[in-house]
Amino acid sequence: MHELGIVFYIIRDVKQAAGENGVTKVNAVVMNIGEVSTVVPEYLTDCWRWAADKEDLLRGSELKVNVTPAVSWCEDCHQEYPTVQYGKTCPFCASEHTFLRRGNEVEIKEIEVPND
Amino acid sequence: MDPIKVIEIKKSVFADNDQDAALLRKELKGKGVYLLNLMSSPGSGKTTTLIKTIGLLKDSLRIAVMEADIDSDVDAVKIREATGIRSIQLHTGGMCHLDAEMTRQGLDNVDMENLDLVILENVGNLVCPAEFDTGAVCNAMILSVPEGDDKPLKYPLMFSVCDMVVINKMDVLPYFDFDLDKCKKYIRLRNPKAQVIPVCAKTGEGVDVFAAWLLEQVKSWKQQ
Ligand SMILES: Nc1nc2c(ncn2[C@@H]2O[C@H](COP(=O)(O)OP(=O)(O)OP(=O)(O)O)[C@@H](O)[C@H]2O)c(=O)[nH]1
Ligand SMILES: [Mg+2]
Ligand SMILES: [Zn+2]
Repeated sequence: MHELGIVFYIIRDVKQAAGENGVTKVNAVVMNIGEVSTVVPEYLTDCWRWAADKEDLLRGSELKVNVTPAVSWCEDCHQEYPTVQYGKTCPFCASEHTFLRRGNEVEIKEIEVPND
Repeated sequence: MDPIKVIEIKKSVFADNDQDAALLRKELKGKGVYLLNLMSSPGSGKTTTLIKTIGLLKDSLRIAVMEADIDSDVDAVKIREATGIRSIQLHTGGMCHLDAEMTRQGLDNVDMENLDLVILENVGNLVCPAEFDTGAVCNAMILSVPEGDDKPLKYPLMFSVCDMVVINKMDVLPYFDFDLDKCKKYIRLRNPKAQVIPVCAKTGEGVDVFAAWLLEQVKSWKQQ
């Protein structure tokens, strides 16, 4: 359900970008999806197929997903570590004064359009 | 010539919503209407807690409720019948959350001119509503005892966006291995600013503490 909502946002933004660039057909939309963004890439592409095929601009277009790694920062020992593996606890100094730096993003990276 | 041309976009899909939400917050400030976004899992006691809270506050504040559900209007009717205040139903059209635009549409239907407080009962869900800023002045959530004390670990985003966590269904504590101190510790890991209030919405125990907190929030925000 969450993914469908996000697909509607993507479609809105891609339509806008297409309008601004005089594009009438989109072949693919490339997304950066953070590892801990709570978006499930398979659901997202399923929802995409369903919703994109209802739009002339996007019919048949592919949603390509790059999964970007989650990285946390420790405020006590000033080092980065992989969030998914260690969670909230710094693997270097066991501190819990840590926060997520990257890996939460749901971002449209680029669109691929016919070159004519 | 390459048959494909790439156009860089580099834009968060939440960017527009964040902008809409910030704008809405500014407007609410101008009108002096405090918007509370209340979130929780399905059935943790949002409607029951609201009914008790409104009963305590309706002589001090002019309140309206917006109920967000995927379908049905049972909660809006329940609130109206139990408290007599204005309550409207928002349908999310199959969506698992409300965004700022949907919240604004709801607010347009409650007549903001004569209100101090609007409470939004968001869709029951611990994941999606946390991602979407509704434009609310404050996010609060309810966690009920049967759900377990480990929820702050499993749904970190929800707990990090809420400054108030109500722990409901304290009456059933003897039947579950829910550890309140542990739960508080997990909540503070996610959000050191978060306040925690244990209540039993069924009997109303502790709801007065929550109501007093809310009244103080609304008053001090209006004076800012
Ligand atoms: N034992 C007990 N039951 C409660 C308490 N608060 C609510 N309930 C019951 O829990 C059930 C769900 O309560 P609601 O207030 O409808 O919960 P909700 O969060 O609004 O539910 P949705 O809107 O469906 O997500 C009802 O049967 C309530 O009577 C409580 O403090 N103790
Ligand atoms: Mg309810
Ligand atoms: Zn460290």
